[in-house]
Amino acid sequence: MHKDFCPNALARTDGTDMFLKRMNDWVATSRTGLLVKAGLMSAGVMASAAGAFAQETAPETVIGISQPAQIGMQPAATSIAADSHFFHNMILMPIITIITIFVMLLLLWIIYRFRATKNPVPSKTTHHTGLEIAWTVIPILILIVISIPSFKLLYKQLDLPPTDLTIRAIGHQWYWSYEYPDDGKFSFEARMIETKDLKPGQHRLLETDNEVVVPVGKNIRIQITSTDVIHAWTVPSFGIKHDAVPGRVNESWFNIDADKPGIYYGQCSELCGTAHAYMPIKIRAVSPEEYAAWVEEGKTKFDPLDEAAAPAASATQPAADTSVASVAGAAAPAN
Amino acid sequence: MSPVSTAHHDAHHDHHPTGIGRYLFSTNHKDIGTMYLIFAICAGLIGGAFSVYMRAELMHPGIQYFGTNEAVDGQHWNVVITAHALIMIFFTVMPALIGGFGNWFVPLMIGAPDMAFPRMNNISFWLLIPSFALLLGSSLVDGGVGGGWTLYPPLSSEGQPGMAVDMAIFSMHLAGASSILGAINFITTIFNMRAPGMTLHRMPLFVWSVLVTAFLLLLSLPVFGGAITMLLTDRNFGTAFFKPDQGGDPILFQHLFWFFGHPEVYILILPGFGIISQIVSTFSKKPVFGYLGMAYAMVAIGFVGFVVWAHHMYTVGLDVDTRAYFTAATMVIAVPTGVKIFSWIATMWGGSIEFKTPMVWAFGFIFLFTVGGVTGVVLANGGLDQSLHDTYYVVAHFHYVLSLGAVFSIFGAYYYWISKITGREHPEWAGQLHFWSTFVGVNLTFFPQHFLGLAGMPRRYPDYPDAYAFWNEVSSIGAFISFGSTLFFVVMALYSAFAGRKAAANPWGVGATTLEWTLPSPPPFHTFEDLPIIEPAKHH
Repeated sequence: MHKDFCPNALARTDGTDMFLKRMNDWVATSRTGLLVKAGLMSAGVMASAAGAFAQETAPETVIGISQPAQIGMQPAATSIAADSHFFHNMILMPIITIITIFVMLLLLWIIYRFRATKNPVPSKTTHHTGLEIAWTVIPILILIVISIPSFKLLYKQLDLPPTDLTIRAIGHQWYWSYEYPDDGKFSFEARMIETKDLKPGQHRLLETDNEVVVPVGKNIRIQITSTDVIHAWTVPSFGIKHDAVPGRVNESWFNIDADKPGIYYGQCSELCGTAHAYMPIKIRAVSPEEYAAWVEEGKTKFDPLDEAAAPAASATQPAADTSVASVAGAAAPAN
Repeated sequence: MSPVSTAHHDAHHDHHPTGIGRYLFSTNHKDIGTMYLIFAICAGLIGGAFSVYMRAELMHPGIQYFGTNEAVDGQHWNVVITAHALIMIFFTVMPALIGGFGNWFVPLMIGAPDMAFPRMNNISFWLLIPSFALLLGSSLVDGGVGGGWTLYPPLSSEGQPGMAVDMAIFSMHLAGASSILGAINFITTIFNMRAPGMTLHRMPLFVWSVLVTAFLLLLSLPVFGGAITMLLTDRNFGTAFFKPDQGGDPILFQHLFWFFGHPEVYILILPGFGIISQIVSTFSKKPVFGYLGMAYAMVAIGFVGFVVWAHHMYTVGLDVDTRAYFTAATMVIAVPTGVKIFSWIATMWGGSIEFKTPMVWAFGFIFLFTVGGVTGVVLANGGLDQSLHDTYYVVAHFHYVLSLGAVFSIFGAYYYWISKITGREHPEWAGQLHFWSTFVGVNLTFFPQHFLGLAGMPRRYPDYPDAYAFWNEVSSIGAFISFGSTLFFVVMALYSAFAGRKAAANPWGVGATTLEWTLPSPPPFHTFEDLPIIEPAKHH
């Protein structure tokens, strides 16, 4: 069991290891670094505390979280997120970096070659048809190259495959509630744990009192709506984000890689009022067996789901789409 | 642009009203432009102070200034983010670029004696004052407007029950009316009051940019006015345009808002494009490369800008084909924008460049706008936007194109034209120092925000998980440097306006070919009462 806990797995953030190492050296020596040193040290304390915690209770592999001074995306845990990472890291980043460096080199050459002291007589050239065609056509070609993986990713995110189970996330000011209409038929609320109530090893602003437990390796359909204002449900490691809109059900899916059970965090991502920053999303991905056990436990622990009160659950729309839910249904605002 | 065949003859009658009558009842485009510029600087300092307030809070994890860790004043935070955006957009960048430099230099550059409708010009400016007062006042009643500048319902309707949102809506009504009247004035002036020989295709690119901007304002602001009026009636008079429980749809507001909101961001940057073209041409001592391509690239950007609005709404639940369309349409904008960047570079290529203060700002603009532009291409992809939407990546992107793009063009324009406006020069060393301190400050502020966004930090949060602490601290240090630099600018601007060296009519030499440089500095109260004749240029 203990070998599952691997704090180093946390640092797999797209080749930032070297950067983090240098950052740590810099933190150790510089004056400004001292200011952040306290923060990094406390993070280290928390990581080791998490290790102790893990030994005593259950293996606690936190995957979906950001690391101090991280510069890349959070680790990918679904194929959608992996495709997003590939698209961003392998296609877009090289292209935009090359373009920016190209423009910078041209500007530096201009500073060197065409300053007044070096080039006292300006040229009179104001047209060059070939050049003008080139800087119109070449960007179009680059955009076509970008658009192919872009559309593939977009349609993958929104064309739902056959799903194994459905869960619902419902936004409220300021917490999420969840419903499990397929397994267990129960619902529960997930409220943020206040900083003063955190246990050692828990993460400030990210922990909730009830966790969303889902099985790895299954196609999970998530339906998202709200009862008051617009919220947004997101888990960066899954590569999905959808607004929770009153009167609508937004639908998406994810399939957590079978080899990545663990904890994943997200935070509300649409301004929803006073406590917008304090309604996190915490997901625990477990094996199907552990999930089944949790569902059994939940049947007694959580409120049973009153299906009649939630017609939005019928949700038989084919795929990738949203629909305006029944006005009288659970999706309608409370007011 | 083109040589002028007549000198001006009007320096001798420089009579003008004095005292309150000169400004309150002004019908003079120069005085109104000056008032707009002073207003924009004052509003910019207020909006900038708000941003320093926010960066101070975000410098360290936990809550330092907005309540306490146990009792966070989230509404106050939301009021400040809302006010920062509205002030910077409606009361700083738009008044500076369109009302300020547009009013001053569009008539001078086309050889017109004044704007077409001088009294309407006056009301355009004076509507802004009550508008700004209403907006500032809204933050003092009923807890303020905490719905973000996008004012999405239901948060800005059911979620904010007090009078504050209604006050902000009235503020936007006045600001919108002001801009629509200004836009009508610019379109009429540019189409009807050009000097003989000043054909459309001989107009300086700054005039082209203001013309395109005026059309965007005229076509988009009425939609915005309609949307916020519907919000007003939803809030107060029992309509249900955006109420899902009564058959309305909150997403409808977002469509209407962004049909205005996307052209609005081009309204903020297009006049900057025009300014950069003038500066680059002047200091390279070369005409603008590919003049027609430059002019029609702006027309294309303005046109396509109207059909890309839903890329701000990739996560609301649009149909997948709709998202695919908006992805494709948005990426198209990169093409005319690329034409502009490369044409500026080609203008400088082979030039004999003097790196005076306006030119270094233009250089900074071209590079930083490129950075902001390429991150725009990243965000244009609907699939990837699911990871980046509403994160700090978006904040970094739009500050690179606006805070580092539009604002750099404003400062470039200031240094380029201030000697014409006041008749006094800025100290060159002070302009250079201002540029470098701002350049370092804003890059330190906004570049790390890309990292925060990729790592998943959401926007509009007063507090964040501890892992985001490092880059937030770097960003805050940058913000303090930038604001210090801005205060230095204000002191320098006051000094040079009253005690700077007297400026020549044309301080920039042979490269400055537009009509305003044929006038003395400062120009007389009335100019071009005898119209200049524009001869065909040798080039383009």
